[in-house]
Amino acid sequence: MSQIKFTLNGKSVAIDSNPLRRLLDVLREDFKNTGVKEGCGEGECGACAVLLNGKLVNSCIVPVGAIDGSEIVTIEGFRKTERFKIISDAFAEAGAVQCGFCTPGMIMATEAILSQNPSPTRDEIADGLSGNLCRCTGMNMIIEAVELASKNGGGK
Amino acid sequence: MTKTYRPKDLSEALDIKASTNAVPLAGGTDLMVRAKRWSGLAPAFQSDVMFIGHLEELRRIADDNDYLTIGAGCTLTEVFENPITPDILKQAISNMASPAIRNIATIGGNICNASPAGDTLPPLYALGAEIIVQSKSGERKIPIEQFIVGPGETILQSDEIVGEIIVPLDKFDKTFYRKIGTRKATALAKISFVGLARISGDIVENIRIAFGAVAPTVVRDEKIEDKIRGKKIAEIFDIANEIAQEYSLQIRPIDDQRSTAQYRKEVSLRLLKYFWESVVV
Ligand SMILES: Cc1cc2nc3c(=O)[nH]c(=O)nc-3n(C[C@H](O)[C@H](O)[C@H](O)COP(=O)(O)OP(=O)(O)OC[C@H]3O[C@@H](n4cnc5c(N)ncnc54)[C@H](O)[C@@H]3O)c2cc1C
Ligand code: FES
Ligand code: FES
Repeated sequence: MSQIKFTLNGKSVAIDSNPLRRLLDVLREDFKNTGVKEGCGEGECGACAVLLNGKLVNSCIVPVGAIDGSEIVTIEGFRKTERFKIISDAFAEAGAVQCGFCTPGMIMATEAILSQNPSPTRDEIADGLSGNLCRCTGMNMIIEAVELASKNGGGK
Repeated sequence: MTKTYRPKDLSEALDIKASTNAVPLAGGTDLMVRAKRWSGLAPAFQSDVMFIGHLEELRRIADDNDYLTIGAGCTLTEVFENPITPDILKQAISNMASPAIRNIATIGGNICNASPAGDTLPPLYALGAEIIVQSKSGERKIPIEQFIVGPGETILQSDEIVGEIIVPLDKFDKTFYRKIGTRKATALAKISFVGLARISGDIVENIRIAFGAVAPTVVRDEKIEDKIRGKKIAEIFDIANEIAQEYSLQIRPIDDQRSTAQYRKEVSLRLLKYFWESVVV
């Protein structure tokens, strides 16, 4: 394979790199998007979650060669949006952040839920967050944060 | 270093498959975890790799009235969101992994991985799915129970890839799916059960039963189903023990880190009983 091109947070980028490298490593090392965290490295915790063509994926199990031509949004890009503001305020208000390690992934998962379904039920929120683990908060506050963000117009 | 290929279309992919030992990578959710090394290092593959997740030819879903054709490269989310996907397959998918995994994991990958705990497999066996296998020299159509021959083993030849899955759209008015796992999200099945029935009056016109994760491959037995088909519901109660006994011989679970053989066997038979007594009736 030759060069890999994709859009990162709205900008076209290109890299010459081993296509089997994890998207996670490329984002953190080559593009310094260190808001993308590594927890388990096996697709089970969601700390590394990003949006790939608008859909939530775990960047630790995506080889960068597979995303040629795609659009990637990380927390670094998403934080410049209006919706981010609503979601992050809701997380703060609900007490959904303690150590903060899971938070970027949780916020991307929240965006994935609300962009599809502006008024999710509690069960839909739980399913939407089911691939994201938090060792600190016990999840209830995070579910409440998503409900709050939805109420405050985060889904529109 | 491992060589990688990114074919522009299916025909180029089949050329590459015929002339190299490259392993197809669709969503990569099985392969990347298996090839994982320390963080920061590229995963280590034993052979060359060909990306196929982007191939349009493998991403179509189409139906005529009797069959649904699903491209092997369709993600689990895409299969789930398709309005004509049979309900039993949707139920299995909604119990798999998590949204982030379902958004890239493909149905073809789940089939080719051929894990005894592969969650799309029991519904696909029960529905009578067929696998379209393609190579440069043509294609062949193989019933899923002949395609998968053991844990992690299929009859796929080195020059072949899976192109499509054909799912007959038979009507069932009773459907029952249950996956027993440690927790709902991101847990592999200890046992899964699929029961489908079409009842007309008090006659069982059609019946399908499949057990997952309790033997090297999915357990479905058409001979046992034949004994049930056409019978009155009341008559099934008379032979229920005999039927349970016959399935019991085929349920050969193992002890592993997820569960014990004894638990698996007992729960499988209880699910079967529940299906008779609470779903069919
Ligand atoms: C966190 C996590 C949770 C999971 N939970 C579940 C679960 O609940 N249930 C479950 O069943 N699975 C689960 N899995 C396993 C995995 O996600 C599924 O098996 C998935 O469907 C595999 O699809 P893929 O496209 O990612 O496969 P890949 O990793 O790309 O490929 C898997 C295998 O299939 C081959 N292959 C893929 N496509 C083709 C093709 N068209 N032709 C020929 N060969 C092909 C590959 O060469 C490889 O051998 C989980 C995985 C992870 C990481
Ligand atoms: S680090 Fe990717 S899912 Fe845990
Ligand atoms: S806040 Fe610490 S892991 Fe979630």
